[in-house]
Amino acid sequence: MSTIPKDLKYTKSHEWVKLNGDGSVTVGITHHAQDLMGDMVFVDLPQAGTKVTSGKECGVVESVKAASDVYAPVSGEIVEANAALADSPETVNKDSYGAGWMFRLKPANKAEIDGLLDAKAYEALVASEKH
Amino acid sequence: MVLAMGHRTPLYDNHLKMGAKIVDFGGWDMPLHYGSQIEEHHKVRKDCGMFDVSHMNVVDVKGAKVRDFFRLLLANNVDKLKTKGKALYSCMLTAKGGVIDDLIVYYMDDRWFRVVMNAATRDKDMAWVNTAAREFGRSRHPASRDISASLHVSGLEVIPRHDLAMIAVQGPNAKEKVYQALGEALRTPAGALKPFHAATVGELFIATTGYTGEDGFEIILPAKAAPFTWQMLNEAGVAPIGLGARDTLRLEAGMNLYGSDMDETTTPLESGLAWTVALEPSDRKFIGREVLDKQKARGVPRQLVGLVLEGKGVLRNHQKVVCNGAGEGEITSGSFSPTLNQAIALARVPAAVKIGDRATVDLRGKPATVRVVKYPFVRNGKSCL
Repeated sequence: MSTIPKDLKYTKSHEWVKLNGDGSVTVGITHHAQDLMGDMVFVDLPQAGTKVTSGKECGVVESVKAASDVYAPVSGEIVEANAALADSPETVNKDSYGAGWMFRLKPANKAEIDGLLDAKAYEALVASEKH
Repeated sequence: MVLAMGHRTPLYDNHLKMGAKIVDFGGWDMPLHYGSQIEEHHKVRKDCGMFDVSHMNVVDVKGAKVRDFFRLLLANNVDKLKTKGKALYSCMLTAKGGVIDDLIVYYMDDRWFRVVMNAATRDKDMAWVNTAAREFGRSRHPASRDISASLHVSGLEVIPRHDLAMIAVQGPNAKEKVYQALGEALRTPAGALKPFHAATVGELFIATTGYTGEDGFEIILPAKAAPFTWQMLNEAGVAPIGLGARDTLRLEAGMNLYGSDMDETTTPLESGLAWTVALEPSDRKFIGREVLDKQKARGVPRQLVGLVLEGKGVLRNHQKVVCNGAGEGEITSGSFSPTLNQAIALARVPAAVKIGDRATVDLRGKPATVRVVKYPFVRNGKSCL
């Protein structure tokens, strides 16, 4: 059973967002998302400096089964991408909320973060998709 | 979403107990994986694993005229089957030469051939076989509406075996583990089987066939005995393997998948299956022959080739392949090869394309270079590239 960390924010497209306290956020895909996709074999992430737009695709994850876009949860500029995933994409499966993070982002407008889902709302979304 | 329960094999509860992720496959609730599809893939290449393939359609065809019937029904020639137990891979064709299904037929004795066909095509296969059998037997009785029932015509009986299950045990250690799990008594009769042969041992039908490119057995057994047998194999250290790994294993082994690499709109000659079509002797009038003769005389316009992606990414079914100067083709089976750690595919391309050529595939909007290769990609755990 997947547990949904209480201290993170979420999107309807199954990204998680962690507030780092230094004005940046870290983004990854949820345990539920990696479970739906299965074994990851390829992760393509935006480079540092890339400007991204909330709700627009900014990366790709591919499993044996399928390819899926990764969407920017909020608008802003990429600070760092997780380079380790290029050689070990399976980390996304093994530790989706930890070492499987995808990129750090400096939000252009902090108010956008408030518009994201909290853990309870995301849990309800996952539950509704199972029916 | 409409919740409709699919067909279930006798091993369905075993899969749930082992933590399988269940998916619909051609109307059947089947295990996709039991945790990690890639780990399951490596397990089969390096050790061994077992697959529930009870959804496949096992049909016994019996009677004095059984060999004549298959001479008519199949594109490959059952006259190649001279020793008892020998198996033959063949396509069954429409009158237009399209592939209805691919199958394995085992010659058990002069009055008994056993056929194993695909699960997803069961209804149309049985309708086709029954129609062909009725014409062959010149039956004047009205056709039964129940295509899952046995059919009797003069000299021929078609008997779908709903009472059987099927477990494939594959990998370099598969045979040893089978003897360990199911009894040393199997070692002599099963161990003596050459590749692509079968024998019955008590209630077990054991065949040296498979869909992975590895050593091993396919075991057909009474449905009632399947859960216990599965358990015994697992206790001997045989890991359960889902349909996900089954697909990447067969793709690496360069084995066609019905519905992806060939169907009723393609002939075997343009599906990499010319080796399974017996045009000699020329007087054997099998169904679909006329079209294949014509296609061969005019030149087969398309061929199935292997592709290897040079960079990162994954090749997928239906992606367009642009072949420099030779036209366009399409990926029929694309995936990621866990053994080679790169994307591979089977693709149907124009006949002018040559092994070693480079081509371009549109990968989600980005052009990517692929190399045209001869397949299989992997055999007995080793790269063939």
